[in-house]
Amino acid sequence: MTTTAIKQTQVSSGSSVREISFDRILFVTGAWALALVWLLPLLYAVWTAIHPSAYETRFDLFAPLTLENFVEAWNAAPFARYFVNTILLVTMILSAQLVLCTLAGFAFARLEFPGKNLLFSLVLLQLMVMPDILIVRNYAAMSSLGLVDTILAIGLPYFASGFAIFLLRQTFKTIPKELDEAARIEGCTLLGLLWRVYVPLAKPTMLAFGLVSVSHHWNNFIWPLIITSSTETRPLTVGLSIFATTDSGIEWSIINAATLITSGPLLIGFLLFQRQFVQSFMRAGIK
Amino acid sequence: MAAPERVFTKRPQIMIKREWINAWLLLMPALLLLFGFTHLPAVQTVLDSFWSTPRGQRPAVFLGLDNYERMLSDAVFIKAMINNAIYAAITIPASIALALSMALFVSRKILGQGLLRMAYFTPTVLPLIAVANIWLFFYLPGFGLFDQIRGLFGLSPVNWVGQPSTALYAITAVTVWNQAGFFMIFFLAALQTIPQSLREAAALEGASSWVFFWRVTWPLIMPTTLFVSVNATINAFRMVDHVFVMTQGGPNNASILLLYYIYDQGFRFWDTSYAATLTVVMVVILAVVGIGQFFLLDRRVHYR
Repeated sequence: MTTTAIKQTQVSSGSSVREISFDRILFVTGAWALALVWLLPLLYAVWTAIHPSAYETRFDLFAPLTLENFVEAWNAAPFARYFVNTILLVTMILSAQLVLCTLAGFAFARLEFPGKNLLFSLVLLQLMVMPDILIVRNYAAMSSLGLVDTILAIGLPYFASGFAIFLLRQTFKTIPKELDEAARIEGCTLLGLLWRVYVPLAKPTMLAFGLVSVSHHWNNFIWPLIITSSTETRPLTVGLSIFATTDSGIEWSIINAATLITSGPLLIGFLLFQRQFVQSFMRAGIK
Repeated sequence: MAAPERVFTKRPQIMIKREWINAWLLLMPALLLLFGFTHLPAVQTVLDSFWSTPRGQRPAVFLGLDNYERMLSDAVFIKAMINNAIYAAITIPASIALALSMALFVSRKILGQGLLRMAYFTPTVLPLIAVANIWLFFYLPGFGLFDQIRGLFGLSPVNWVGQPSTALYAITAVTVWNQAGFFMIFFLAALQTIPQSLREAAALEGASSWVFFWRVTWPLIMPTTLFVSVNATINAFRMVDHVFVMTQGGPNNASILLLYYIYDQGFRFWDTSYAATLTVVMVVILAVVGIGQFFLLDRRVHYR
């Protein structure tokens, strides 16, 4: 395998072959060593989860495989309910974000009105001071709205995302005005224009934001921990933390199995759509 | 068919007004929620910090700056600030250095490029609260991976998360591991914008890749490095999920961080006005970072 890599460098740059190949080997080794260290925690979790607990710290290639840990973890806590809650939560947040922020992003990108710059700077402010840190006051707000311990309350502070408004505004600004004018002449209403011209052209940005948003809210912890208090509303992250911190002597292999269960769908989704995922994050980041 | 002149004379005025109303209607739902859950609570937090916590029948009393005086003489707050400074001072440069190395590794053809990229990025998609469990197991005294490796060299077991001298660093390592792959993406994007012709020119001049990196790559990706630094700084104050599972701020507040302390005061002791005071400190720090970003970053690069 290494020889093919060396051959490639030889082909691409004929001069000083020996020096380059030595550098190259060092470079490739470094890259792989780092990757191994980075994957180690995950591999370790997989190892303990698929073997009986006796093999938690004994690495025997011929250790018997088992799915028992997953079954036990699944039965030890209402994970099915937590899954439903998390899926409801991320779907609700993403739909609300896409609708609200498309409307707002379009107004900022293509309409002129008094107060535009001031309002836009206030939107950008949320990139710094996010609801994540305003937990005390937002809890009081939810409690006066009577929403404590509801899935709606977990999502509500994140519906209007400053990041999404910013991203969509940037995307809408790149759409040629000629298209816009052509549609207007044909008698398109403002919302019709947004729906037929702008939204289709912004789909890649929306997909990128969607992946970022889903993974962020799937993983979010502190706010859901505070605002929920029953099995019916708790998302996976909170459910897992309760399961793992109860001092009832649960074995590590079962905790690791539960850990893999909670991150599983996201992990599998990531492995399947790796390219889109990385590109989406890139797009969301550089725009 | 109306006469074209009438359209021309009448239209501009009506259009402008209708455009205003349209814009405000489009913005209203998003801005109401944005103000309701970000700006309004931020202002209310500042107001709350001047009052006492209402308890039972006792309403809140105006305290002026009492909460702030209490905060400055609160040893746990000072500890949290020092810890958070250490946490930031390690996670920011370490994450940037690792993220940049990762990006350099996979930016050009390399054996197993896709697999490497996946390995670096995977921790980012996992919930911090979940990976905290895995790391906790790593740190397990005697049995965990670290102690097993130490055991090979005949060293005695260490209770990594259970002793004050190492708890904070155990937390810090998890943060760096979790976020470096995310920052790699930004560097990858930046590296792709460096023209191939520069590389060829440098090769002709006989510049080593080390020289090329410091003379060409590093200056060119500077805006990205600053952008990543700002994000890493925000994360240094926001990423505390794993503290809940790994140490709960302990032992003896050795690993307490500002946001965790806010949670502790607000939701374990239910001292909401003191928690509000602590939140004000957090908001001020993040606002300063934001203003710093505004002046530091080349806005043409990032806000095209």
